[in-house]
Amino acid sequence: MATRPAQPRASTPRAGRRERATEHESFLVHANYRWLKIGAGLALVSLLAYALIDVQPRPNGGSWIGYTLGTIGALLILWLSLLGIRKRAMTRGRWSLKAWTSAHVYLGLALIVVATLHCAFQFGWNVHTLAYILMIAVILSGVYGVVVYATLPRTLAAGREGMTNEQMIEGLRAVDRQLHDAAQPLAQADAQPVQEALAEDPLRVSGWQRLTGHYPRCATRAALEASRAALAHRRDDAALVKTEALLVRRMSMLDRMRGHMRTRALLEVWLYVHVPLTIALFAALIAHIVSVFFYW
Amino acid sequence: MQKLIAKVPATGKEGRDGGALGGGTVTAEHVKVAIVGSGPAGLSAAARAAQLGLSHVLLEKTDHLSDTIFKYQKGKHVMATPSQLVLRSDLDFDAGKREAILGLWNEQTAARQVTVKYHAEAKAIVGTGEVVSVMEIATRNRDGTTSTKQIERRAPPYLITLTNGETLLADAVVLAIGTQGNPNLLRCPGADLPHVQYQLDDPSEYIDEHIVIIGTGDAGIENARGLAEDPAQNNTVSILNRGTDFPTAKDANVKALVADHEVGRLTIRSEAETAAVEPGWIVLNTRDGEERIRCDRIIARIGSAPPRAFVESCGIEFTSNDRLAFPKLSPVFESTAPGIFVIGALAGYPLIKHCMNQGHDVIEFINGNESLKPADEPILEAKFRDLPGQRSVADWLDYLRENVSILNGMNPLQMREFMLDSEARFYRKGETIFQKNDPGSSLFAIASGTVGVQLPNGGSIPIGAGSIFGEVGLISGRPRGATIMAETDSICVEISRLAALKLQSQVPSAKRAIERISVERLLLQMFGAGLTPDDVREIVDTAKIRQIRAGEAVVNEGEEGSDIFVARVGSMIVEKSVGGKPVFLSYLPAGSYFGEMAVIDGGKRSATVKAAIKSEVVQIDGEAFKALLAKKPALLERARKDMTSRRELNAFVESRKDNFSSIVDMYSETAQFLVDNGIGEATDVLLIDETLCVGCDNCEKACADSHEGLSRLDREAGKSYAHLHVPTSCRHCENPHCMADCPPNAIRRGPDGEVVINDTCIGCGNCQRNCPYGVIRMDSVPPRKPPLLSWLFLGVGPGPGEPSKKWRKKNVPAGAEQPKKAIKCDMCSGIDGGPACVRACPTGAALRVSPETFLTVARLED
Repeated sequence: MATRPAQPRASTPRAGRRERATEHESFLVHANYRWLKIGAGLALVSLLAYALIDVQPRPNGGSWIGYTLGTIGALLILWLSLLGIRKRAMTRGRWSLKAWTSAHVYLGLALIVVATLHCAFQFGWNVHTLAYILMIAVILSGVYGVVVYATLPRTLAAGREGMTNEQMIEGLRAVDRQLHDAAQPLAQADAQPVQEALAEDPLRVSGWQRLTGHYPRCATRAALEASRAALAHRRDDAALVKTEALLVRRMSMLDRMRGHMRTRALLEVWLYVHVPLTIALFAALIAHIVSVFFYW
Repeated sequence: MQKLIAKVPATGKEGRDGGALGGGTVTAEHVKVAIVGSGPAGLSAAARAAQLGLSHVLLEKTDHLSDTIFKYQKGKHVMATPSQLVLRSDLDFDAGKREAILGLWNEQTAARQVTVKYHAEAKAIVGTGEVVSVMEIATRNRDGTTSTKQIERRAPPYLITLTNGETLLADAVVLAIGTQGNPNLLRCPGADLPHVQYQLDDPSEYIDEHIVIIGTGDAGIENARGLAEDPAQNNTVSILNRGTDFPTAKDANVKALVADHEVGRLTIRSEAETAAVEPGWIVLNTRDGEERIRCDRIIARIGSAPPRAFVESCGIEFTSNDRLAFPKLSPVFESTAPGIFVIGALAGYPLIKHCMNQGHDVIEFINGNESLKPADEPILEAKFRDLPGQRSVADWLDYLRENVSILNGMNPLQMREFMLDSEARFYRKGETIFQKNDPGSSLFAIASGTVGVQLPNGGSIPIGAGSIFGEVGLISGRPRGATIMAETDSICVEISRLAALKLQSQVPSAKRAIERISVERLLLQMFGAGLTPDDVREIVDTAKIRQIRAGEAVVNEGEEGSDIFVARVGSMIVEKSVGGKPVFLSYLPAGSYFGEMAVIDGGKRSATVKAAIKSEVVQIDGEAFKALLAKKPALLERARKDMTSRRELNAFVESRKDNFSSIVDMYSETAQFLVDNGIGEATDVLLIDETLCVGCDNCEKACADSHEGLSRLDREAGKSYAHLHVPTSCRHCENPHCMADCPPNAIRRGPDGEVVINDTCIGCGNCQRNCPYGVIRMDSVPPRKPPLLSWLFLGVGPGPGEPSKKWRKKNVPAGAEQPKKAIKCDMCSGIDGGPACVRACPTGAALRVSPETFLTVARLED
């Protein structure tokens, strides 16, 4: 029964609209795998050069091909690390962080090939190999990042159950207020665990708890168990029944928050490895380059 | 002061036709002028009459003066606009508190020795002289039919009958009863009990009461919320809703009411009606049967009967049958009943100053002063000073009224008022009136000369005298679509947006004229070049504009029908029934046409088209359209092409219905979700794909860093469905709700369709309240942050994104605090590269779409 809009759009000027990056595709697929192709190409060319050019007595970083690969590798490292600035510098112009991420991932992976061929599999207990190991560690942490970025977003979205962080905290506070009131008529022994549960701040937890989602000494769980135990032989204590119901609610809210915090932590934790190691890599790289030129 | 309808006391047996009419001796008091209503207009008139020593009486229904202002809530600040208008009255008036103004008037009314008659509600006003003419009154009945009855107009003096049976005679009557009318009364057993009231002056007066509000219009909702607002008052407030929706209330009010209900401040009782009122109780008819609840006070806000019926019964004609029409008046405020004058809000002037000036002037006129010039004369003189040709203000007003077709229906008084808000301008040949893409929401009318719409190819389309241009700005405040240049020396009237809206509501013929021209231009633009106004004349003549409620079907699948439709405002969704379930086919924004298939090919409607949001469609007669197609083969060609692609779509859905039914279902649901979340009225919206979003909030940070440090989007907030998340961020609506009520007119549409708030924002917060999606925030611009690199390497400043409140507080220079202003997405207008949120998303989760590109069935193939 319908046609498409007759004109570009009679009521809103569409013609001459600014071009915008609205392609709906992930950073891995960006521009039909453009950077995967470029990265693979770079790796392939490096491999071919390594295989076809006969360096005497054996392939090494000091040959011209070694220098070339080394220069490419060093420049790549420099460029890859600039993503951290690109991400934060909201300058004008037609760039997209998605394209940068895409290039960062695929060129970063290609760097394994480039750098390994640059050193020609010569490893030892020295600053050169230290730089190599740091680089591999950075790349591996990055691979972890790519994996969680590709797999965890659904869990992250589902874990919120349509709520924002503030709403979750506000919801918990609302339950806490009710719990506080409900616990007033309780005997000291029954009220004590509830008070401890209320004193428990769901946001002040260790990094390990955040990551694992394990809270073995959870005061809310303890209070819940205590009130259930008390209920077992005092079924008709109305205050206790109410407290128990509220503790169940608090527990389920805490579980949701903790699950959400865990997903967030898993999505972020690798950056605490990736970025500091990159800085260490820079130090080692400078040492590597200076020492090479100084001693050769 | 108002009129009859209800509240007829037991003595009211004699009725309208009883008493003095038609002979007998008249012994009633006889005055020169009777003034009905003691509002600002009536008071000022009475004061003037007293000053001139005319015998007069001021009739007031209640026991105090100026009931409308008396009923304002306590301490309300009363404004004195328009400020450029000088006050001409024997009473003083300036902006101030309600109490001060009423006090002053009481004092001065007494000092001027005005004769006031309280508790005097006029029930009938009839002439006692011979019959001068006959008037027909048409009444619309509930079932939609109209009945007419005739009344005779008789010459003065007028016999005024009051509801208490008293009568008096007056040579002239000044009607200043306002437009409030009488509140509709409850009609159930016990409705006359003392705890039933029809207004609420001060919600804070009531404590520890069970209060039931009847009626869910804005007044009822505001009362209910006011009574429940402060928990310390400990009121138990319920509001009765006859249905489950709130069709007559503002959206913002409804949301707030529902929120209050959810947190338990008050109770909304849906599908409940009053069955009976008893002392201390109210009996309700609910869906589940009768229910009796505690009730110390009932506040019924169930609308009011406008005073029109009473006014007409006096022999006063209105300009039209339009609900909003005003009485026909001469330049001296005399109505069609000789000797009855109408002033104030009833005459169409809601502002206090106007009313008071009219009160003064009308008594001068009645007293025979013919040389009096209205108070606004100097303002109008200044407006016409630069026009060529020496004419008086009155001549200019007549000239404009006669030469501009949309102004034809105005009376001289309305014309004066209208010109106060408008400008008359003279343009020399070749002068530019406005440039393409200039901001501007005013409407232009040509009184003399010709202007030309400049085409990109250098040509121009002339628009002649009497016509209008610039009307597109009225609909959604978009920038000018073309440059307009004067082709000859021309005189144009520039009508501000507010004046144009008022004009359309006051003068129905102007509304029709403006609509006709905008429909004509919409059709010409839609069907492309090669068509002239003459070609579409027949279509435009038969076109009807129809308002469509959200969700209402315009065209039903399988029905007969040959009309075609154009979505003028709003948007449509197209559905096809597949296996008994509606499947979403496509989305049509404003400016699309539909229904042409049945016209061209014959046969039944092949799909259902319904409104995604409240919309307006132009309905075009199919036969007239066919005739046009026959004349214009190029148009037929185009229509066929459009049809082919649409048919392919239908075929595609049909072909998939068996093997892909679950995908089709899911797609339909996704589309429905997007429409429910306001994407149906969006022109450009930010969506987040939850399968890609890693929650880094870089979109929010980029937004803040691109816009003075304040983020205009909340990624986490908002609803999600099938992995699509609609964050709290501006949808750039087709007809922006935020634009509706912006005092400085600071909200405009930019060249890319973005809705932008400019620097003239006064921070009133109207737009924030009007936005149904909660995307506007009020905040002040934070101080500048140190550069990124010093944060990165030295840790100086708060880093990327919106600085914390704490940092802002600490770093704002003393005395340089910025006022709060309305902040919303401007689609990164003027920023090279486009919206920062999308550019800054590292994973490609953030995408901006316009609904018509997103809501197409072609996406099923992805």
